[in-house]
Amino acid sequence: MRETKRGNTGDVLIRVEGLRKQFGKLEVLKGIDETIKKNERVVLIGPSGSGKSTFLRCLNLLEVPTAGKILLDSEDITSQKCDVNRVRRKMGMVFQQFNLFPHYTILKNITLAPTMLSIMSAAEAKDSAMALLNRVGLADKANAYPGQLSGGQKQRVAIVRALAMKPEVMLFDEPTSALDPEMVGEVLSVMIELARDGMTMVVVTHEMGFAREVADRVLFMDDGLIVEQGTPSGILANPKNERTQDFLRKVL
Amino acid sequence: MQGFALLMPMFESWYAAIQERAVMGTLGFWENLYKEVYINFLYQERYLNYLRGLWLTLEVTFFAALLGFALGLVLAMLRVQAVQSPDGRGRRASSAVMRFLSWLAGKYINIIRGTPMLLQILIINFGIMAAVKNKTLIGIVACGINSAAYVAEILRGGILSVDKGQIEAGRSLGLSRMQTMVMIVFPQALKSALPSLCNEFIALLKETSILAYIALSDLTKAADYIRSRTYSPFMPYIISGLMYLTVVTILTKAVGVLERRLRQSDAGNEAR
Repeated sequence: MRETKRGNTGDVLIRVEGLRKQFGKLEVLKGIDETIKKNERVVLIGPSGSGKSTFLRCLNLLEVPTAGKILLDSEDITSQKCDVNRVRRKMGMVFQQFNLFPHYTILKNITLAPTMLSIMSAAEAKDSAMALLNRVGLADKANAYPGQLSGGQKQRVAIVRALAMKPEVMLFDEPTSALDPEMVGEVLSVMIELARDGMTMVVVTHEMGFAREVADRVLFMDDGLIVEQGTPSGILANPKNERTQDFLRKVL
Repeated sequence: MQGFALLMPMFESWYAAIQERAVMGTLGFWENLYKEVYINFLYQERYLNYLRGLWLTLEVTFFAALLGFALGLVLAMLRVQAVQSPDGRGRRASSAVMRFLSWLAGKYINIIRGTPMLLQILIINFGIMAAVKNKTLIGIVACGINSAAYVAEILRGGILSVDKGQIEAGRSLGLSRMQTMVMIVFPQALKSALPSLCNEFIALLKETSILAYIALSDLTKAADYIRSRTYSPFMPYIISGLMYLTVVTILTKAVGVLERRLRQSDAGNEAR
């Protein structure tokens, strides 16, 4: 755990080389090279359709890259020989639409993967799930079903579900976009706490306040490329690129 | 049954009272109705024929439904795996063998749904299973094979109705394609397909009646047998019809209750 909010980040965790993704004729990612280090918090911003979600989804292979390489801990995860299921255990993912399993209780939602994949015993998984639920203030909802929770509660559970796998990196795909405004804060505060604990995070978001407070680096994407990047203060306050300026004028 | 046997002498005496005029054909409407019921249902314990037929019908339906569900599930899985590639390994998601099996499943469904069930039963009875003596088994297999095609389409619809995000969530946690299917997609698919599935099994119950064609003594065949003894054109069929109707009504009510239960739990799930 680190004292300072921002500081030295560790070794390279994810290296992306020449990443391209095509859907039919439409090229969404047009060659992305990027490096994400351990303990780094990277925030992706950009207009809709710029490819930021696709980029994030490529990182854990929910989308299969058309070309290029992704290395996690120096292992090429885009190679055919790579076991995707094992790789994905190291990457937690939080979705815009929560995607909790409606037919299981909150506790089962969280313990399902760790127990099915024999990472923990049922008792261990339960203890760890309850500890995590406690941290996000939802221990009393352990036996409720997702349908009985508010959007903000669902998203906090979704974060816990991903954390239960003890991932090396957490990917957030617009985690607050589907929430009512009054629920955005509770989810962001969980994410901020996670960042303080030193979790490596890649976050696609429109919450510029979050980017300013938490990010080590902000990447601005447009038209399938990373157009500009830098510290939050650099990007958000003094964008150099015309398109970045244009985008920030619209959202800030 | 015991109480029924005690009442028999009474029924017999009622019939004896009108028997003479029955031969002359001068019975009134209600007397005639009683005569029909007597000779087609009560006389020589003929009601047992119907009950034995009903039992066989239920037996064939039950096992055909099981077979149809099991086979239909396999077919549905084969059909969706061809579509379902947002899985991260699109390139090797469907191997050539799986694609072939999926294609085969599609043909199976097309052929079974595109030809008359009676024809299928005749082919199985006189061709494929000609050496099998057990007509009940033939009936179960023939109806099960037919039902599987319909069950497959119902289940496929249920599986496709599950939000893609559910699959993504499962896979992103490191669950395999199969684990995601079994633990996450299938329970939800089954829930939404359950009412249609139950209706399919109700339809199956009625459709087993054409097994009478291959001399399986089901409820319809029982009625036909009685007709051949009494020459009554209506009553045997009406009696068996009422029996079908009773069973189907009970099942329909049960499906209704089930559907309401599912809707209630859905409502609870939608509330935010």
